[in-house]
Amino acid sequence: MSAELHFKPITELSGLLAARKISSVELTRAIVARTRSIDDRVKAFNSFDEGDALAQAEASDHRRAAGQARGALDGIPVGLKDVIAVAGQPLTASSRMLANFVSPYDATVTQRLKQAGAVVWGRLNLDEFAMGSSTENSAFKATCNPWDLTRVPGGSSGGSAASLAAGEAIATLGSDTGGSIRQPAALCGVVGLKPTYGLVSRYGLIAFASSLDQIGPFARTVEDAAIVLGGIAGHDPLDSTSFQTQIPDYRAELAKRPGPWRLGIPKEYFGEGLDPEVAAAVEKAIAFYRSRGCAIKEVSLPHTEYGVGVYYIIATAECSSNLARYDGVRYGHRAKGAADMADLYFRSRAEGFGAEVKRRIILGTYVLSSGYYDAFYLRAQKVRTLIRQDFLNAYREVDAILTPTSPTPAFKQGAKSDPLAMYLCDVYTIGVNLAGLPGLSVPCGFSSGGLPIGLQLIGQPFKEAELLAIAHAYERGHDWHTRHPNL
Amino acid sequence: MSSSTDLNIDHVANLARLALTPEEKERFARQLGEVLHHIEQLRKVDVSGVEPTAHAFPVYNVWSEDVARPGLPVDEALRNAPAQRDHMVVVPKVVE
Amino acid sequence: MKYEAVIGLEVHVQIKTASKMFTRVATGYGQEPNTLTDPVVLALPGVLPVMNKAALDAVIKAGLMLGCELARVCKWDRKNYFYPDSPKNYQISQYDQPICLGGGVEIELPGAARNVMGEHRKVPLTRIHLEEDVGKLNHFAGDSLVDYNRAGTPLMEIVSEPAMHAAEEAFAYLTSLRATMIYGGISDCDMEKGQLRCDANISIRPVGETKLGTKVELKNLNSISFVRDGIAHEIRRQIAVLESGGTIVQETRDYDGQTGASQSLRSKEMAHDYRYFPDPDLMPVKVDDAWRNRLKAECPELPFDKQRRFLADYQVPYTITSVLVWDRALSDYFEEAAKLSGRPQAAANWIVNDLLRELGQAGVALAASRVRPAHIAALVQLIEAGTVLNSAAREIFTEMFATGGMPEAIAEKKGLKAAPTDAGELEQWCRDAIAANAKALAEFKAGKDSAINAFKGPVMKAAKGKANPKLVDETLRRLLAAL
Ligand SMILES: [Mg+2]
Ligand SMILES: [Zn+2]
Repeated sequence: MSAELHFKPITELSGLLAARKISSVELTRAIVARTRSIDDRVKAFNSFDEGDALAQAEASDHRRAAGQARGALDGIPVGLKDVIAVAGQPLTASSRMLANFVSPYDATVTQRLKQAGAVVWGRLNLDEFAMGSSTENSAFKATCNPWDLTRVPGGSSGGSAASLAAGEAIATLGSDTGGSIRQPAALCGVVGLKPTYGLVSRYGLIAFASSLDQIGPFARTVEDAAIVLGGIAGHDPLDSTSFQTQIPDYRAELAKRPGPWRLGIPKEYFGEGLDPEVAAAVEKAIAFYRSRGCAIKEVSLPHTEYGVGVYYIIATAECSSNLARYDGVRYGHRAKGAADMADLYFRSRAEGFGAEVKRRIILGTYVLSSGYYDAFYLRAQKVRTLIRQDFLNAYREVDAILTPTSPTPAFKQGAKSDPLAMYLCDVYTIGVNLAGLPGLSVPCGFSSGGLPIGLQLIGQPFKEAELLAIAHAYERGHDWHTRHPNL
Repeated sequence: MSSSTDLNIDHVANLARLALTPEEKERFARQLGEVLHHIEQLRKVDVSGVEPTAHAFPVYNVWSEDVARPGLPVDEALRNAPAQRDHMVVVPKVVE
Repeated sequence: MKYEAVIGLEVHVQIKTASKMFTRVATGYGQEPNTLTDPVVLALPGVLPVMNKAALDAVIKAGLMLGCELARVCKWDRKNYFYPDSPKNYQISQYDQPICLGGGVEIELPGAARNVMGEHRKVPLTRIHLEEDVGKLNHFAGDSLVDYNRAGTPLMEIVSEPAMHAAEEAFAYLTSLRATMIYGGISDCDMEKGQLRCDANISIRPVGETKLGTKVELKNLNSISFVRDGIAHEIRRQIAVLESGGTIVQETRDYDGQTGASQSLRSKEMAHDYRYFPDPDLMPVKVDDAWRNRLKAECPELPFDKQRRFLADYQVPYTITSVLVWDRALSDYFEEAAKLSGRPQAAANWIVNDLLRELGQAGVALAASRVRPAHIAALVQLIEAGTVLNSAAREIFTEMFATGGMPEAIAEKKGLKAAPTDAGELEQWCRDAIAANAKALAEFKAGKDSAINAFKGPVMKAAKGKANPKLVDETLRRLLAAL
């Protein structure tokens, strides 16, 4: 049975742990073994610390033996995207700049996972500094899609999605600035949730675009996602943008919310560029909800087409400032034999950053530079207001919005060479970040080529419980989540 | 809104402290030209009287009381420093 | 041609808080390098800022004391520039919505003479905003070493209008501003420790010209007198340039207080474009009336207001008030002594002349002085009552200063009290004196009142100088009247 442990959901494993049918050490060993056997092909991990993981697992088993088990996450190996700080572990953002950086502190989500008893496991690959949609922008390696190793897992949290789909973790955390959790979740056939901005602390998350970034869970099932979200959500005094709000028992709420719901279908999300197989899968999902008594309404998000433009102004502007600290002075890559400070800055940053990061720093610096601020940044913030308004208007009529997560299934590695084409992958996910809303991707089928397809559900601010319940209703009517790639 | 043509890569790269090769300059200028061209459609939007969004859910006066807590031990603080001496970070001589 | 200087000052004041502006690690001066840091101070990957409430209180208090208009809402902006003392390579500051606008600093210009009050006027302020300090660079032959202890210390930037015209005014401005900050408990303003730092913008123009000349920024003016000397030097330099047919170039110059010379700073920023934008990591600040009023109530009386009150209520001479009011503790000390003694001038004299001298010589701070306002008051009253004579009082003060004993007791112990213990004895001396001088007696009888003095000498002589003059006078008159 332990051969299959690595594909089981938290809900089942926590039962086995509670019943002492398995130990956390046994489970963690299974995950380590699985990772050792397949990660040279999936390439989801930048690094992992087996000894540290097993020590945490032992501690969990001792707690349980002492009758002090801490709930569903206790003893469960949870993988972390390599932008989330873990004290004493590497923190690289998949960048040459931080190749040798070791974090002296824990992110708040790391603290909370540890308090929940989870086994904090592995450093998962990403597009350098979370800038990308394919995980090809990693300075170390391109992660492969477990369903087709010649294809991308999506990004930027490609390692988090791929490792989970491949059975190298039981759940993982990623970060989502423009779709970086939902899009790879869709492309790898797992559940991915981007919480409302402010629900989960950003303290200890390497910043890409501060006003858009959120940490969220990847999980095998919606119920697992609810469990992990419950473990990491909640106000944090170390994050001034984290919100004071009551955190419900998301898992318990699932049962209390049977629906039916009023679901909005934004016509702007079903236009050109949408793969017909993806469109068909989403249509089926819509039909399913209708069959369960949900009211399906067409809604309009008229400013959708501006999303990508607004996003690439705001996100790059913020990143150009957030990444200024990587200068080779206090930590990180330092160019050899610098003649003076200027030389040290210019060469350390030139050598430490990859092409996509440089491109975005250049764009962000430009849109903030003297004479352009009003035309770009200020204007983008105003259009951002209109995009938020679109959603809030829609929520007068509907409980949630339903769209494809990604216009296409996983594409071939190297297929999208020009940046704009890559940026347009995020067209369906970006609006959610600009509006600060919760968004979730749940598997809703497979392409004829056997590639997973994701359904995106967009909820109302801080109504994750409702959003999870809506996704849960769909998941219980389907068995997509029971399928696994064979590696 | 200004068009891609007046993106002065040298000036911007200088502000960003990035040494770019001639090849990178040429490539970035072209690629960002396309992105800026796409971005230009924002010009079409009427934003008169629209407030900018700085925070999705703004709240005021998020602070903490002035109570000092212990920080990092000096060796932890300098753990990742590329060069250090006398518990300080070494940089090339700064001429003011 | 006659030239007029136009001077504006940019003053940075470190706010006295326990923890830093955007993280709760301790602030401090003179500690071992890099012992006052944490992940936020070092701008490690992933950290976030959290405002320090006390720093906001302090800057609002400063604004209220200086009559600024408080913003209802203010926000935080990032000022982007690369420099090795700046961990994030941006400084969190306030760009277009500073917390305080307008206001002014009252200054006193030098008077006609030392003991004459000079003209007062208000130097208008442009703004005050809150920001964070940077680290410290230590320069060596081959490299520089960075210490981040100072980085992130709450810093207030106080910007004046270009409304001063002489080095003396700048000196008066800083003196007054510094005293105000210390009065408010906002900062100790120790320039040696960099708690108060000043940059000056200086330009000159022909008298009568209304538009400003090219301004030069003068940096590193690290003592109040260096500010005065540096500005005076820069004004002379600019006049010399113009008069020799040259033109002033807009630049930043570094003034060396030791050599009294200045030199141009070239190599600082390559391109000046700070790319300010709102900091997405911090929420805006809203200042409501309740908050404002609570701080308003904590604002102390300003030095010049206090001086006006001392002059009016206590009739203390100007020279003495100008010693008293600049030191909040000293002025409080004086007021207590004045109230206890009911003799403000006398108390002020003892404090400013004797107490300050003794403290100075002994190198003792006022707070540590054994002589408290009650001692001063008691001494003043003893003299007033004639119980001790001025000569004895000096001796008593010295003893008080050394031991902290009360004057009465000291006078007793050292036999410094006037008036003999036995009143009968005094009356006998008086009778003897009258009997011994028939001439004076006759004159007195004839109505020459001053004749009475002739008897006093012998009485004092008999009393070895310890007789209470008032008592002697009374006794003599009583006896004479009876004759
Ligand atoms: Mg300034
Ligand atoms: Zn400043």
